[in-house]
Amino acid sequence: MPRDIVRKKITKNAYRITSKRAETCLRVRVPGGHLDACLLDVVRSIAERFGDGTVHLTTRQGFEIPGIPWERMAEVNKAVRPLLEALEVPLGVTFVDLDGGYPGAGTRNISACIGNRVCPFANYDTTALAGRIEAAVFPHDFHVKIAVTGCPNDCIKAHMQDFGIIGQAMVEQDASRCIGCEACAKNCLKRVTGAISMKNNRAVRDPRRCIGCGECVLVCPTGAWSRDPRKYFRMVILGRTGKKNPRMAATFLEWADEEVVLTVLRNCYAFIDAHIDRSLPKEHLGYIVDRAGWPAFREAVLQGVSLDPPLRVAETLEFSGYFYERDRVFR
Amino acid sequence: MRPMPGNAAERGYALSEVSCDALLREFRKDFRIFAPVRLEGRGRFSDTDMVRYGEIRNFREMELREKSLFSPKEVLFPPSETLFHFAETGVREPSLLREDGKGLLVLLRACDIAGVDRLDAIFLGNGPEKDPYYEARRKRVVFALIECGPLGASRSGSFGSCFCVSMGTNRASGYALVLRPEDDGLSLFLEDPAFAAYLPPDAVRTSYAPSFPLEDPFPVRVPDPGDMSRAVREESLFSAAFWKDYDSRCIACGRCNTVCPTCSCFTTYDVTYEENASAGERRRVWAGCHVDRFTDMAGGHRFREKYGARMRFKTMHKIHDFHLRFGRHMCVGCGRCDDACPEYISFAACIDRVSRVVDAAASTGGDDHDAR
Repeated sequence: MPRDIVRKKITKNAYRITSKRAETCLRVRVPGGHLDACLLDVVRSIAERFGDGTVHLTTRQGFEIPGIPWERMAEVNKAVRPLLEALEVPLGVTFVDLDGGYPGAGTRNISACIGNRVCPFANYDTTALAGRIEAAVFPHDFHVKIAVTGCPNDCIKAHMQDFGIIGQAMVEQDASRCIGCEACAKNCLKRVTGAISMKNNRAVRDPRRCIGCGECVLVCPTGAWSRDPRKYFRMVILGRTGKKNPRMAATFLEWADEEVVLTVLRNCYAFIDAHIDRSLPKEHLGYIVDRAGWPAFREAVLQGVSLDPPLRVAETLEFSGYFYERDRVFR
Repeated sequence: MRPMPGNAAERGYALSEVSCDALLREFRKDFRIFAPVRLEGRGRFSDTDMVRYGEIRNFREMELREKSLFSPKEVLFPPSETLFHFAETGVREPSLLREDGKGLLVLLRACDIAGVDRLDAIFLGNGPEKDPYYEARRKRVVFALIECGPLGASRSGSFGSCFCVSMGTNRASGYALVLRPEDDGLSLFLEDPAFAAYLPPDAVRTSYAPSFPLEDPFPVRVPDPGDMSRAVREESLFSAAFWKDYDSRCIACGRCNTVCPTCSCFTTYDVTYEENASAGERRRVWAGCHVDRFTDMAGGHRFREKYGARMRFKTMHKIHDFHLRFGRHMCVGCGRCDDACPEYISFAACIDRVSRVVDAAASTGGDDHDAR
């Protein structure tokens, strides 16, 4: 029987066209970039039984398994089931057919830095949040990149995503424990934003400069600084690489709680649906917003979000990037 | 009210959680109660807890199974306190100095009771003047010992840094009662039979008697202070190369000082109020020999700029200088400095290093400058 493949269908099944006509390549999602080591055996087994015996580690913390003959997709989909059952079902993702492989690939794997399970700097459990985001947005065909990172060090490069979630520590001071050692003020000045100054031999935080990194908590020798156990996030949006206008994401929200983050992410899909250029095979969210306008996007994604303090919403987005198109600059 | 128990073998009781709360209600008529408490989510790292001293009202608030990161010294010697307020018209001292108030019942471990003994030496027995602020609290303190058990507190968690047996502080005295956390409530031992008056009627008489740690997880060889003095005179100890390791290892954050039950250094400063610069207050705050500015002098001179020199100074104070003056080591082996150091410097290991230099000096007549 001749090879007759519905390309759009296989793409949504997480397979891709490759440079070898007879072969495809499977994308495996690992939400939050953390998995039980035994699942590596499943990946290995798929690569060795159906692929060319190699595995590519993707920048988004998934796997790509290359060298799979097109004819074996149905078998591969069955072999993928343990991964779905271990990595997706426990998050609350539902499947019509667990033997049918991945039901979507447009919205990419939710990647995460290692988070506070390991890293002292992280302000929350990034893997767990990535899992809750996965449950909110997967499967979806629109091309959306989301990553979560524990602190403003941004090790996951949240600034290169459509949506980057950065942990913020709402620090609180027990002034009666401050001994005026200046450890927090010195550290904040040298390594962060200089948000802490000394007044009457006690540390004072300027909330307009504080970015919620939580380092004052780390360096304080008396425990005078501590984090509000409630979790807050900064959301940076519309960062991208690409061939037209690479740019860093710009801050959209500060001091957002998890519900706000999830609501904005859910809302973005209706905006995309209303404004995407369907003449293109796919269009990145940032370019859709460039065309449809920032006020329209802002209004759409904030639907149903209560704007109570401490939440702060950007009035404008300040991007730093550049355009490849020479004629914009050189005439 | 129960009749007073007779001999020491009959002073053990079991209290359920409910009767512990009844006991604490009775205590609170006469005492404010301070114990390790767990502050959820308030630890150094996110989603970790802080265990430190706080005033408690009920049994559930106490954290008796973990060693507190900070010592009970802050009940007697708070990190920051106002010594007096001043204005043009005079000085006003805090009510602490004027009123007796309730007693302070402090739940603490044997090493911590030794720690308070060291604070007593500094604040009450070091020269002709007693520190009135310390004394005002100290005279109201009653100790309730938290039992660590014969295996050390390892039965109750991550206590691998303790070396109380090596420091001879594994046994304590001067406490009124002993507590051991149980699955439901406490085992209680009345060292002071007068405290039977506080027992709830449903306290069950048991054969419980407290036991003490008999062995350290990692025993520390503590040098004889006299041998140390000789090694200092013979110039082998201060010149030992290992101190220089701490020049680069220590980051001078001061956590070893703040968590230590015996670090008692403080500094004072005056604050004048912005609205009225002729009124203000004098505060004293903890100071630490590892922290910058500890040795700042008028004119800008600083002793011990190098962190290794600060480590040496602290070590000498903890296991030598204090001993010469007061006849016991200042360090009580609680291991909190080892728990708190972000650079994983072990003070216990430092004491061992000192022992090796002192031993080498003794065996070579003091010429071995390279001993580690």
